[in-house]
Amino acid sequence: MDNTAKYFLPGALVVNLGSVENISKGQGRCFVVNGEEIAVFRQRDGRLFATQNRCPHRQGPLSEGIIGNGKVVCPLHAHKFDMCTGEGEGHECVSTFSVREVQGNVVLNLKAVEKQLETATA
Amino acid sequence: MIKKNRKKLVVIGNGMAGARIVEEILSREPDMFDIAMFGAEPYGNYNRILLSNVLNKSQDATEIFMNPLEWYTKNHITLHAGVKATRIDRENQLVIGAPMKKDALPYVASDAGLNAAEPIEEFYDYVIIATGSRPFIPPMEGFGKPGTFAFRTLDDCARIADYAQDCKRAAVIGGGLLGLEAARGLLTHGVEVTVVEAAPQLMVAQLDAESGSMLKSTMEGMGVSVQLEKITAKIAGEDGKITHLEFKDGTTLETDMVVVSAGIRPIVEVASASGLVVEKAIVTDDQMRTNDPKIFALGECVQHRGRIYGLVDPIWEMANVLADVITGTNPDAAYAGSKLGTKLKVMGVELASMGETKPASPSDEVVVYREPRKGVYKKLIIRDDKIAGCILLGDIEAAGTLMQLFFSGTKAPERRADLLFGAPSGVSLLKASDLPDNTQICNCNGVSKAKIKDAIDSGCTSVAKVGACTKAGMGCGSCKTLIAQLVEAYTGSVGGDPSEHFYVPGVPYEKSQLVAEIKRRELKSVSSVFAELAGGVEDPASKAGLASLLNTLWPGEYEDERDARFINDRVHANIQKDGTFSVIPRIYGGVTTPDELRRIADVAVKYNVPMVKFTGGQRIDLLGVKKDDLPKMWQELGMPSGHAYTKSFRTCKSCVGTDFCRYGLGDSIALAQKIERRFQGIESPHKMKLATAGCPRNCSEAYVKDISAVAIEGGKWEIYIGGAAGATVRKGDLLCTVDTHDDVLKYMGRFMQYYREHGRYLERTYHFLERVGIDTVRKIVIEDSLGICAHLDAGIQKAVDAYKDPWKEAELPAYPAQFSGPELAAVLEVAENNG
Repeated sequence: MDNTAKYFLPGALVVNLGSVENISKGQGRCFVVNGEEIAVFRQRDGRLFATQNRCPHRQGPLSEGIIGNGKVVCPLHAHKFDMCTGEGEGHECVSTFSVREVQGNVVLNLKAVEKQLETATA
Repeated sequence: MIKKNRKKLVVIGNGMAGARIVEEILSREPDMFDIAMFGAEPYGNYNRILLSNVLNKSQDATEIFMNPLEWYTKNHITLHAGVKATRIDRENQLVIGAPMKKDALPYVASDAGLNAAEPIEEFYDYVIIATGSRPFIPPMEGFGKPGTFAFRTLDDCARIADYAQDCKRAAVIGGGLLGLEAARGLLTHGVEVTVVEAAPQLMVAQLDAESGSMLKSTMEGMGVSVQLEKITAKIAGEDGKITHLEFKDGTTLETDMVVVSAGIRPIVEVASASGLVVEKAIVTDDQMRTNDPKIFALGECVQHRGRIYGLVDPIWEMANVLADVITGTNPDAAYAGSKLGTKLKVMGVELASMGETKPASPSDEVVVYREPRKGVYKKLIIRDDKIAGCILLGDIEAAGTLMQLFFSGTKAPERRADLLFGAPSGVSLLKASDLPDNTQICNCNGVSKAKIKDAIDSGCTSVAKVGACTKAGMGCGSCKTLIAQLVEAYTGSVGGDPSEHFYVPGVPYEKSQLVAEIKRRELKSVSSVFAELAGGVEDPASKAGLASLLNTLWPGEYEDERDARFINDRVHANIQKDGTFSVIPRIYGGVTTPDELRRIADVAVKYNVPMVKFTGGQRIDLLGVKKDDLPKMWQELGMPSGHAYTKSFRTCKSCVGTDFCRYGLGDSIALAQKIERRFQGIESPHKMKLATAGCPRNCSEAYVKDISAVAIEGGKWEIYIGGAAGATVRKGDLLCTVDTHDDVLKYMGRFMQYYREHGRYLERTYHFLERVGIDTVRKIVIEDSLGICAHLDAGIQKAVDAYKDPWKEAELPAYPAQFSGPELAAVLEVAENNG
């Protein structure tokens, strides 16, 4: 596990979430890291995504949503979000995190993408 | 308080029109004008519509004042009450008036009642004439003697009421709206009332001959005599008392007093005397301007595009336009004339009338419903599919909708009966575009008409796009027809989005085409459908619909990719607002045992279930369950899934039937249990809620279920389909009547399969049935008109055979972490700058 951090920018908070096989193909799972709920998705084409777990509309668990084509649909009221950018329809958006597969494991950077960019430009 | 630069506005007339225009102006520009008003009556203005209430003592005169005298002071309006404007000096821009002498009638044309020696003058920048109208007195001898009255003002009311004290009989000349109102008022003063009308019917402006005659019978039933086709030649009397009326046909009518209410005529003297153009009334253009650009007019004294109005709604419309124009709020505002429609109560008889009372040409469609015993009459005149006229007498429940359709010129629905009796589906006949902007269209997501309009303006041209943008229609979906109407109204065409016809949005085929392609290519998984038919793009919003369809098309063979399922179908439980789930075990026909109840109780205690609740489908719901606990609870319950979370056969509710009920005609419990055992878990385009009833008393609410069976005398069962009691309420349609439980199962199954194969995704049976039509369905599934009944029977049997209790997955999860809740993970390391 020692090498995983090198895949991320300096200052990244790296979390190993275990084998990709723990996330069924085409589905998501919720992980709690430092008290924060994060939804991690494994698309059928193998791509991984991570977003905040709670939908900004009514706190529906996005990890239980149907995904496809880079989008997740909240199971409560069908609000839809881009898993890459976090953009929803209208003015809603969710935080996203960078996540990748390293040696068969799902590895997440706990710093939300926008925060990371802020750090980089600061 | 008079500020400089304010324009001076003089309003002639302090009736409903005069007061209204001032209110409208003040609401737009409170400081633009110094306003002076002339009113011949010595009061502030009052609601003339309510005069008959004053006469019949249901309201006191003080209650019908609209604006008390303080209103004038507060708004710095100079009110010349009891002063009649006689002339406008247009050269010097002066309105000249004279005080009325005491007891002079305000609406008489002559100047005899005026005190011309003390003229009152007001300088003006603008004048608004709102003199209204006066009662029309048909030529007859003797009017004006004591005991003869017109019916127009508060003072008239007082005089009539006072005089009636000493009378036994009263005659009302005029059988129009006001005449009948006067008659009603007089009845309360204990006199025998006869209404005398020159025309062959009552209320000739609002009713046709038939409804007029029905109204006459109703009035006579209430003790008012009615004499038609009587023209009064003379009011005769002796010793200062009225004795009788003499009609032109030589007959007479004994009476002690006479009230004349035979219509109204515009009051135009002030306009004529000032050199303005007057024809039947004061002529104005569409901005309510007379031939003098500084002088406007509105109300009953106006002739606009050749028409004169005698109702209040046109006054409100004119006031709106004139206020916009004169304040500059909208200098281009224009009055285009009014369509006339009224709802009123004549002597307690409800009546609505709009537009024309008789067809104008043979091509006009006339729809009539009559129920003379109850005094109910309904008539529609339809021209070019629009309502040109309507009369409702006795039952005016439909009036609101009809008026909306009439005033907006909206196309009437195909089924004319719906217009008079409401649509059986309860769907509103109203055009959504006529609703006010702040109306909430989507009640689930709280989306207003204005919001939807904005979305459409910004390019959402289909129901789906409006939904994506505003969430409207994304709840129960019952407002989608209204949204479609709005899209059509604002863009001119319904849903320019072909995807609306697709079975699912992400695969460009309608259901029949999609089914054909899936079968031809033998596509048995959701991902293969995306790969072959959607260019490999996996639209998440399309997955669940495809999964449902494939499962129906390939019973037993379908390659079940769990990610295509909605969360409820992945974990066989219904997700709740807080992310917990509910557990509803199957309880066949709602019949349980103490042992089952004990197990349910034990499980609820052991797993700290926060709420245990009975469902509407006669089952028990354990709410607030954590995902991880689901499989353990199912195992300990030892009961099969109730499928209360999915688009499938849900439950079959039942009454106690013949076992204990003394009215039961058929064994509804046994039937319900057979139905549940046979159809449990059968997937369908949307949920199917069933019920059986042991008799037509319908205790199990069978008539409003998707599919139901009701026992009737003679050992038979009626099968109903397409009922609903959710966002839509609809009584099911009778499909057929059969003799045995087995036949019930056969026809229910056949209809189910037909619905499974032809229903659109998320289309409930009631929408499906209305789309296809009960007659068509009956032909196909009962008479086998398409020759597919054997196929349908085989299809449902295959689905029944493929049933597996999904709760068995408690023992063997279908995929890793199927029932796992959130997993704790720890931050391992902070990346360092190793570049």
